[in-house]
Amino acid sequence: MIRLNGINKSYITGNNQLHVLKGIDLHIKAGEFVSIMGSSGSGKSTLLNIVGILDNYDTGDYYLDNTLIRNQSETKAAGLRNQYIGFVFQSFNLISFKNAMENVALPLYYQNVNRKKRNRIAMEYLERMGLSEWAEHMPNELSGGQKQRIAIARALISKPKVILADEPTGALDTTTSYEVMQILKEINQEGITIIIVTHENDISHMTNRIIHLKDGLIESEVLNGKHPVVK
Amino acid sequence: MFDLDRWQEIMSALKKNKLRTFFTAFGVFWGVFMLVVMLGSGNGLRNGVISDFGDFATNSVFMWTRPTSIPYKGLPRARQYNFKNDDIDALRREIPEIEYLAPRTQGGGFDGGNNVIRGAKSGAFSVMGDYPEWNLIDPVVVYNGRFLNHADLNEKRKVAVIGNKVFDVLFAPGEQAIGQYIQIQGIYFQVVGVFKPKNSGVNFGGDKERSIFIPLTTFQRVYNWGDIIGWFAFTSKPGTPASVVEEKAKTLLKRRHSVAPDDPQAIGSFNMEKEYNQMTGLFSGISGLIWIVGIGTLMAGVIGISNIMLVIVKERTKEIGIQRAIGAKPWNIISQIITESVFLTTFAGYVGLVIGVGILGLVNYVLSSSGAESNMFKNPSIDFNMAITALVILVISGAVAGLIPARKAVSIKPIDALRYE
Repeated sequence: MIRLNGINKSYITGNNQLHVLKGIDLHIKAGEFVSIMGSSGSGKSTLLNIVGILDNYDTGDYYLDNTLIRNQSETKAAGLRNQYIGFVFQSFNLISFKNAMENVALPLYYQNVNRKKRNRIAMEYLERMGLSEWAEHMPNELSGGQKQRIAIARALISKPKVILADEPTGALDTTTSYEVMQILKEINQEGITIIIVTHENDISHMTNRIIHLKDGLIESEVLNGKHPVVK
Repeated sequence: MFDLDRWQEIMSALKKNKLRTFFTAFGVFWGVFMLVVMLGSGNGLRNGVISDFGDFATNSVFMWTRPTSIPYKGLPRARQYNFKNDDIDALRREIPEIEYLAPRTQGGGFDGGNNVIRGAKSGAFSVMGDYPEWNLIDPVVVYNGRFLNHADLNEKRKVAVIGNKVFDVLFAPGEQAIGQYIQIQGIYFQVVGVFKPKNSGVNFGGDKERSIFIPLTTFQRVYNWGDIIGWFAFTSKPGTPASVVEEKAKTLLKRRHSVAPDDPQAIGSFNMEKEYNQMTGLFSGISGLIWIVGIGTLMAGVIGISNIMLVIVKERTKEIGIQRAIGAKPWNIISQIITESVFLTTFAGYVGLVIGVGILGLVNYVLSSSGAESNMFKNPSIDFNMAITALVILVISGAVAGLIPARKAVSIKPIDALRYE
């Protein structure tokens, strides 16, 4: 599903060049549940952004579902994101002036699905998240856990192949975090590839494969949370 | 364009800071309001002045004799002379560009003595010897009876067409004037028509309402004028400038009366076309100035909109980032922001247009209901085309105002927009 070969990425700030990713080789198969760990500055968010087609890379190849993703126009990238990828953010990033149902329906709006139909579909996903009675509520009336579940519903509605979650539990307490992880696990069991960036060990151990990043390189991989595979 | 989500987003962006939105919209509102009120007032001024001309032929020239200033052919300077009946035929024959020719003689009414009597009633009025063509140059409304005709002239009938104020003085209200006799400077004339003027702004030889028109030939015979013509009025044919006819007529009349061709004084003339063109030129200048000032004010408002849109885009950077992460294409964002800008501009401008037109309508109502016959200001309004033009300008300038902020919004990479706090 996702194949990265020798990905390099550096940021230029003024005269300084910051080499963030120093040749990442990574293969994630369809249906995997992966977490990426690393200290801040290790390049894990950059990696997630490249995988999510939010950011460009300098050298290497990135294949998403056997399609080479490189230097595409912003319009094309938006289409690919909409079609292949669902995003879940740490700070939920719901649109404040839209109610829960409209937030969930938003990706379908960009696919030009008519309002009635996309709201009906959004209600189905809210129901799955157990939030159907909150459909008409605005984001500021909801708790953190509820917001994150709405964000997950929004990520799912466009039927993506991959869900990318950047610190999905970072702003939640432990109980709610586990609930959210349970939901993600259920989604994974339906066959959707999930990649989580986190720095919490207990969260990462709920995934099937842990990738440790350090200074822009993959330091080690752990499968099934059991034996580390040193590269 | 017309989907609910887009309008929800626009309204939310505008409602976030209501006072700011209000002041921004006010800039455009004021620009359009001023433009409409100024254009309407300019039109009012133009209508007022031009209605003074009424149906007066604006391509007309008037010509009269004055003492000569240059000796010529053995004749001394300061010689007095008169136009004659022969000149009428000569002008018609030799200047084909003349459309209507109306010679005129004029008498009475100046010295203040009562010159017109009917029974016990009498008054001082201007008496004009006229051709029927006069009514084509400075038309009057004959609301009772008829105007002079060529049969009157040929038969030198003693008939008179009287002004409405003449009627008021000589006749009782509601009395039938037609067929009645009035004594004008000792001679009895039969009244055949009563008129009122179509304009009050242009007068020759006294107030028209206090004038009596009689056939020129009758005038010359009964008052011993011989074949003397007081002055000529004529109009040029369509397409020919009145000044061309004026020059030709002057040359001809000078030759016929042995006046030096280069005598600048011997023929006095008045060219209505020249005056009219000056007047309309002045109004074109005024309305040009109004457009410049009005558009300038409008532009200030539009630039305000553009500024605020930039601020709104900056405030919403993160929101735009989210939308782009979940699949909004750059065009979605650009069209969203331009729609917002066009909406704000057009809405504010439309309110300005409506209130401006309302104010003009109110002024119009007050002017007409007060009954005051204002000469300088009449029917201030803007025409439909102007309103449409203003709206088109608004939509275009709204789009232009939104363009820079929209480009800025999509120039930020979605990842940077997401990180923006």
